[in-house]
Amino acid sequence: MTQTPEFEPQIVAFCCLHCAYAAADLAGGSRCGYPSSIKIVAVPCTGRVDSLHLVKALEDGADGVMVAGCLPGRCHFQTGNLYANQRVEHVRALLEEIGLEAGRVRMVNVSAGMGVQFAERAKEMAESIIALGPNPLRARRAGSPPREIAMEETN
Amino acid sequence: MIVAERKPLEAIVEMLDGQRKVLAVGCGTCVAVCFAGGKKEVEMLASSLRMATGINGEPLQVDETSEQRQCEVEYIETLDESIKEYDAIVSLGCGVGVQYLAERFPEKRIIPALDTKFMGGPTEAGVWEERCQGCGSCMLGSTGGVCPISRCAKQLMNGPCGGSKNGHCEIDEDIPCAWQLIWESMDKLGRIEELMEISSPKDWSTSRDGGLRRVVRDDLRLPEVEDS
Repeated sequence: MTQTPEFEPQIVAFCCLHCAYAAADLAGGSRCGYPSSIKIVAVPCTGRVDSLHLVKALEDGADGVMVAGCLPGRCHFQTGNLYANQRVEHVRALLEEIGLEAGRVRMVNVSAGMGVQFAERAKEMAESIIALGPNPLRARRAGSPPREIAMEETN
Repeated sequence: MIVAERKPLEAIVEMLDGQRKVLAVGCGTCVAVCFAGGKKEVEMLASSLRMATGINGEPLQVDETSEQRQCEVEYIETLDESIKEYDAIVSLGCGVGVQYLAERFPEKRIIPALDTKFMGGPTEAGVWEERCQGCGSCMLGSTGGVCPISRCAKQLMNGPCGGSKNGHCEIDEDIPCAWQLIWESMDKLGRIEELMEISSPKDWSTSRDGGLRRVVRDDLRLPEVEDS
C-alpha cells in the first residue's frame, strides 16, 4: 500500500497583539517550535476579525484558519475574544452549508505568557488540517493569480 | 424596518442551477441594517456561492454590487448596462426589491436570496422582533403604543384571551401577552378607563383583504401638461 505523502498545509492564524502574537513570539524565543505552515497575521484584538476574513482566507486557498485570542475574561478590550468566538462558530456552521469541513476554522485562547501552549495549539491545528487534507478550492485555484482584496471591502 | 434572513445556501444554489455568471445585488436600506442584505452580506454570500459550487465543479462566477435601495427604479436603473453580461441576478433585497429588479430586468432570471420576515426592529443585539403588520388602519393611539395586530397571536381587540398567563402568551412563554403590555402602558398613562369601552370590529378592508394596496399623493404626482 502506498502512503499519500503529507502535504504542507497553509494555515492563516489571526493573532491578537496582546496575547497570542506575544505568545508566538515567546514560543520562538524559547526555541519552542511550531509548524511553519502557520502564517501569522497580527490583529489589534480578535474582535477585529470579521467572518469575511475567515471565509475569504479559505476561498483564496488557505487550508485552515486559526483565530488566537486572549483567555476568556482577559481580553484587553473586554469582549473582543468573545465576539471572535461567536464569529468562528458562525463561520463553522456556514462552512458546513458550503460543503467544507467546520474543522478548518478554529478558535484558541492563550495568554501572552503561554508560548508553549501556543506552540501546542498550533501543532494540533496543523495536525487536524493534515488529517482533513488540502482545501479542495486550493487545488482549483492552483496556477491562478491571487485575488486582490481591498481592505475596505471588509470594513 | 423590513427584517429579512438569508435562505439556506443549498436552496440558493439549487435555484442557480444552470447559470454560469450571476450578479449578487445588495440593498443598502432595511436589509442592510438587519445584516441580511447589505454590502458585507453580499460579499459573504458571493464567496459562499463560489466556494459551494467550486468544490465539486466549475465555480459559479458571482460578481457583487449593492444599491442604496432596490425598491426604487432610480437606484436600480444604474444597473441597466452592467446587467447585460449576466445570466441571472441574485437579489439580497426584501421581497419588494426582488420584484422591482424583476420588473426592471424582465429578461433576467431573478433569484431571491432572502426570506422577508416582517416589519420590526432590534430588541437586543442580534435579535429582531415584529412590530407592524401594515393593517392600513393604525390603532396604536388607543392601545398605549402597543400593537395588538402584530403582537397578539389572535389579533384580539378587546383585551386578552384566556391563554394569557403571568403576562405571557400561551403559544410561547417567551412571548409577552400584547394585552398585558397594553394594560400596563395604559395604566402608566392613567388611561385604563378607555380600555373599558368595547371596540367595534376592525375594518380589515384596509389590510391585505382588500387586495393590492396603493397610496396616492396627488400633490406629489407629476402634473399633466396639456399640449398647446
